[in-house]
Amino acid sequence: MSQGNLILREPEYEAFLSILRKLLADASAKVVFLVDKNGTLLASVGDAVGFDTTSLASLAAGNIAATGGLANLIGEKEFSILFHEGERDNMHLSVVAERLILVVVFDRRSSVGLVRLRVRQATARLAAVMAVAVAASDAEQGGVEELTEADIESLFK
Amino acid sequence: MSFINYSSREINCKIVYYGPGLCGKTTNLQFIYKRMNPEARGKMISLATESERTLFFDFLPLSLGEIRGFKTRFHLYTVPGQVFYDASRRLILRGVDGVVFCADSQLTRVDANEESMENLRVNLREQGYDPDRLPLVLQYNKRDLPNVASLAELHALLNRRNVPEYEASATTGIGVFETLKAVIKLVLIDLKRGGRQ
Repeated sequence: MSQGNLILREPEYEAFLSILRKLLADASAKVVFLVDKNGTLLASVGDAVGFDTTSLASLAAGNIAATGGLANLIGEKEFSILFHEGERDNMHLSVVAERLILVVVFDRRSSVGLVRLRVRQATARLAAVMAVAVAASDAEQGGVEELTEADIESLFK
Repeated sequence: MSFINYSSREINCKIVYYGPGLCGKTTNLQFIYKRMNPEARGKMISLATESERTLFFDFLPLSLGEIRGFKTRFHLYTVPGQVFYDASRRLILRGVDGVVFCADSQLTRVDANEESMENLRVNLREQGYDPDRLPLVLQYNKRDLPNVASLAELHALLNRRNVPEYEASATTGIGVFETLKAVIKLVLIDLKRGGRQ
C-alpha cells in the first residue's frame, strides 16, 4: 500500500515483545511471530532456532494476501484468521490492526481453542501499540533522511 | 512501504521484478542467489508449478551491509508473468518500494512487454501508488538472442519515464547486478526523501 514507512522504535518494540511473551506462555505455544503484511518480521519469541524466520515472514504474508484475495472474490473483506494443522505442529495466523500478522506455532500441548482465545486477547493490546508506532512513524523519518549518496554508494564497494 | 526497525537498527525494503511471462525474472533472482556471498543472502523460495513457471512468487532476501549504523535488508520478489495471474501480481505489489521491469528483447515479445508495462501501471495505481513516481529500473533481457528489438525501439516503447535502463542476459548474468544496484540506489534515495507520500 502507499502507506508511509513504518518506523519501529525501542519502546514499541519492547511493548510488542512483552505482549508476545505473555501470549507464548498463556497459549502454551512454541513460537510466536509478529510480521508486517508486506512480509517483514517485526518480532519473535519462543524457540525460533531452526526456523527460517525471514522465509516464514514472507510466506505468512503471501498466505494472508492470497486468502484475502479469495475472500474478496466471495464479497468478504478478508479472512482474518487462518489455521494450518500439521502432524506435529500447527500454525495459527491472524490479522492485527489491518497491517500486521500474528503467527502462533503450537503443538499438542496446546489446542486451537486456547490459541484462538489468547490471540484474541493479545490482538487488542498489539493493535494499541501499533497505533502508537504508526503515529510515531508519521511524525518522523527515523534518521534515514541523513543518508547521503556516498553512504548509499558504500553499500556496493 | 519500507520498514525501519529502530530497535534492531534495520532498514527493510521490498523490490519486485515485474514483466511478461518467460522474460527472465526468476532467472535474475537465481543468478543473484548463485553469485551473492552466502552470508549476504537468505534462502530463495520459489512457489512454482511443476514445469517451473512461477505460480505465486519467488522470494530472495538480501542483506547488503550497514549504512549509518543501519543494517540494510532487501527482499526481492518476482511476480508470475502469465496474463491470467493478475490477481497474484496485485498482491505481490503491496508494500513495494521499487520495481525492476524485466523486458524480453525478442521481437516476438514486443506486444507482451507493452501489455505487461501497462498492467504494472494499472496495478500500481490500484494499490495507491503513483506509477510515475515509484522507483523503477528497466532491464532489456535476452540481448544475447537473435531477432531482438533495438535498444532505441525498446526505449521508445517502454521507457516513457526515462528511468535507468540496462541491457542484460540473465542466464549468463550480464546486466543482472547493474540492474539490482540501480534499483537499490533509487529505493534508498526515495527513502531518504521520505517516500512517496
